[in-house]
Amino acid sequence: MSILIYVEHDNNELKADTLKTVSAAQAIGGDINLLVAGHNCAAVVEQAKNVSGVSKVLVADNAAYANQLAENVSLLVTELAADYNVIMATALTTGKNFMPRVAALLDVAQISDIIGVESADTFVRPIYAGNAIATVQSLDSKKVITVRATAFDAVATDGNADVVNLSQATDAGTSSHVNDEFTESERPDLGAANVVISGGRGMQNGDNFKLLEGIADKLGAAIGASRAAVDAGFVPNDMQVGQTGKIVAPDLYIAVGISGAIQHLAGMKDSKIIVAINKDAEAPIFQVADYGIVADLFDVLPELENKL
Amino acid sequence: MKVLVPIKRVIDYNVKVRVKADNSDVDLANVKMAINPFCEIAVEEAVRLKEAGAATEIIAISIGDKSCQEQLRTALALGADRAIQINTDEKLDSLHVAKLLQKVVEEEQPQLVILGKQSIDSDNNQTGQMLAALTGLPQGTFASEVKIDGDKVNVTREVDGGLQTVALNLPAIVTTDLRLNEPRYASLPNIMKAKRKPLDVKEASEFGLDLTPRTTLLKVTPPAERQAGIVVETVDELVEKLKNEAKVIA
Ligand SMILES: Cc1cc2nc3c(=O)[nH]c(=O)nc-3n(C[C@H](O)[C@H](O)[C@H](O)COP(=O)(O)OP(=O)(O)OC[C@H]3O[C@@H](n4cnc5c(N)ncnc54)[C@H](O)[C@@H]3O)c2cc1C
Ligand SMILES: Nc1ncnc2c1ncn2[C@@H]1O[C@H](COP(=O)(O)O)[C@@H](O)[C@H]1O
Repeated sequence: MSILIYVEHDNNELKADTLKTVSAAQAIGGDINLLVAGHNCAAVVEQAKNVSGVSKVLVADNAAYANQLAENVSLLVTELAADYNVIMATALTTGKNFMPRVAALLDVAQISDIIGVESADTFVRPIYAGNAIATVQSLDSKKVITVRATAFDAVATDGNADVVNLSQATDAGTSSHVNDEFTESERPDLGAANVVISGGRGMQNGDNFKLLEGIADKLGAAIGASRAAVDAGFVPNDMQVGQTGKIVAPDLYIAVGISGAIQHLAGMKDSKIIVAINKDAEAPIFQVADYGIVADLFDVLPELENKL
Repeated sequence: MKVLVPIKRVIDYNVKVRVKADNSDVDLANVKMAINPFCEIAVEEAVRLKEAGAATEIIAISIGDKSCQEQLRTALALGADRAIQINTDEKLDSLHVAKLLQKVVEEEQPQLVILGKQSIDSDNNQTGQMLAALTGLPQGTFASEVKIDGDKVNVTREVDGGLQTVALNLPAIVTTDLRLNEPRYASLPNIMKAKRKPLDVKEASEFGLDLTPRTTLLKVTPPAERQAGIVVETVDELVEKLKNEAKVIA
């Protein structure tokens, strides 16, 4: 069995979730290679070399992959796929974007967002916003899989893989990158933080998210939000937690002014400890919370910040 | 410019599904069904393009059994001009849905295909990208803004770090994210009018495709239930519990 894993990165940093995807690959078993496709991404290659359990790092460093456009990356990965039984990527926005193209070009079905490996061809994945868990067997000889990182533990970074430079430079020529508007933040990534504190519609406006910042500073937490808070323009879209936003599973998740709709729960209910702060004792969030406070968030938050 | 909008009939997003006692699948008997919310946003976007003079004709298409005609009628009431049902009783893999859509794209030659980014039942998030690959077209997935600009379309995408804008040569494939627009409600006169709009039915078996399943659903189980915990009375108590009982803060 040979497995190729696409490395998530931004040309500077290897996204830590890739380490969890490697552990999903180890559960399948076989020779594991990584692919770094990007431009001026030597720093990422250095980090990829150290990922445990990996024998080779393939590097496609070319302007065609600078923004990891799906049209170009999918051609590269499809070409490399000839040598592998399993192609994997983390179910983040890059992998979700190009992997189904790879599957279609290889004429195989994709198994999205796996949370468990039963055997080399049988995988476990959530459906219906996590309200049901499906066990699916793939009948294709080649497997194309995306992995929900929160379901796997990260592998260590004490490896020493060989680096193989590729000469491919496939540019489909049908799309181009215009610009990025990335949110700058000093805080840990939502996906990587041990503590996440999220605000919902109950926060009333964007300014009030400052009340979460003081607490986040003390706990080293990332800040998230419900869709209602994002829709209302309180905070940017990349903070959304849920079925269609980010999936998080920190040690501690604090939901503030969030009712607990199934779509929100889908993104956080695998957190180890859940705390809910909500003035409505009937809010569904209390059904999943380990500790709840039924109170006005504007009273609770300043006091909580003081007492931490 | 012709716009093709694939829509899927799914469980209503407010309904919490239950797993069947024999663990063979979820139980959809007597459950409220609706257009997949992302597909509704796709229809709305197409209608707005038509209202803005950029689109001339909107074709809604759904692949499924006869019951999906209900969702096609809704799409017609929302502003689609005509509809196509590809009839099948099978639960198809996204790959097969994409292959059928590819055939329709070849026949209809739309300049733009707008799909939802994800079905809220399978949570696959595959079909649009697969269709793009099969047709060799560029894609703008997870769109929060779509701007036609001559023979190109600029799509602003919701990505993990924020927003990314790409320029795609037309024809192109777009998949919608939630913030692209807020769908309108169908008015009563438009619901009446929709009954007379054309709805073609084709058999999936007529397309000459091998639609043999590539995956087998072995079982479906309910997720691990979380136990509701306790309600604490004071912030002091909360901090004490988090430190000493849960041990998640120092
Ligand atoms: C297809 C689809 C996908 C979706 N995906 C997502 C997703 O990924 N993530 C997501 O979050 N949602 C998602 N949603 C939306 C979801 O259904 C809910 O609408 C949303 O989660 C509600 O956000 P909320 O809890 O902040 O707002 P509300 O439901 O309005 O709840 C606000 C809560 O704040 C409390 N509150 C108000 N004031 C105070 C106060 N002063 N002190 C304490 N408590 C207070 C209220 O009691 C209430 O419980 C999706 C919906 C659809 C249709
Ligand atoms: N059976 C179907 N009929 C029509 N369109 C579909 C069907 N299945 C999926 N789609 C389209 O593909 C999108 C993504 O679906 P999926 O890849 O299943 O998550 C949906 O929002 C629809 O636009």
